[in-house]
Amino acid sequence: MLLLKLYIAFFKIGAFGFGGGYAMLPLIEREIVTTHQWISYREFIDIIGISQMTPGPVAINAATFVGYKMAGIPGSISATLGVVTLSFVLVSIASHYVIKFKESKFMKLVLLGMKPALAGLVISAFLSLARESYIDARSVIIGLMVMAMLFSKRIHPILVIAVSGLLGVLFYSF
Amino acid sequence: MNKLYTMFLSFLKIGAFTFGGGYAMVPLIEAEVVEKRKWLTAEEFVDILVISQTFPGAIAVNTSIFIGYKISGIVGAVLALLGTILPSFFIILLVVSFFMQFRENHYVDLVFKGIGAAVPAMVLAAVFSLTKSMKKSYLNIIIISLSVASISLLHVHPVIVILVSGMYGYFFLGRKVE
Repeated sequence: MLLLKLYIAFFKIGAFGFGGGYAMLPLIEREIVTTHQWISYREFIDIIGISQMTPGPVAINAATFVGYKMAGIPGSISATLGVVTLSFVLVSIASHYVIKFKESKFMKLVLLGMKPALAGLVISAFLSLARESYIDARSVIIGLMVMAMLFSKRIHPILVIAVSGLLGVLFYSF
Repeated sequence: MNKLYTMFLSFLKIGAFTFGGGYAMVPLIEAEVVEKRKWLTAEEFVDILVISQTFPGAIAVNTSIFIGYKISGIVGAVLALLGTILPSFFIILLVVSFFMQFRENHYVDLVFKGIGAAVPAMVLAAVFSLTKSMKKSYLNIIIISLSVASISLLHVHPVIVILVSGMYGYFFLGRKVE
């Protein structure tokens, strides 16, 4: 029964969480802290912290964490499946039609309008992240070095992330 | 079979190194799917990114399902989804068991300070990937500026911005295409 409840709660989070990532946090909070009281607010803040430090979408991280805490491995599987079910169904159907109607006038026009808006979205995401992250000269320098590595295209992004961790140790040790 | 296996591995990598959410993974997906494997053109990749924004759920998850489907149909979609979520699933299980000891470690803290400074740079790189294939017209610059202003200053929900701009494209850009 608990497994089913976990599945349904995270299905809802997946279904109504538009915009991904941090835009989903209020929804996650309402479902698992307020409505079901599966975790305390403090633990919720912990999950956000953990999500920032571990790879992967924050919704997946939260689902795995809460599911595990409530019902062990089966719970974490159930919650994680819940959060991706609707995405999977909707996006699969959509991709089928998008590929089929790629050349249609409707699709071309809609995408033509949406593309610059997406660039705007990502710039906004950059602005709010930069405000949080670039708090001193050292973090700005690390950021610039990462930009240079990404632009050179010679270093794989995975290696860039590893190097940035190393730079953190180097710069902040002294 | 071989292609499916390589694809699954690519998405495992993407899932394992996506720090800082959906947009920060754009350079990584681009490196794997567009530049290295050439499964998608840069143009198709941007189309998929755009459409993924309009669906509920995590952006990284939606984008992966879409790309997987494009590469190999429904099996591709399942493998891409699993590849993207399995690393974070297992890492969280590990973290729940060991997290507290590690989090207090001084050096772990410094590593994450470094990664934290890298994340906005990854997102900025995503902006350049997105605008590369775009026409440098006044109109596009205006749409970009308007969406930045409405999200960052007026706090309009990003999905609304995307949908409105799609409608704008449909109703007002018709002449340009023909």
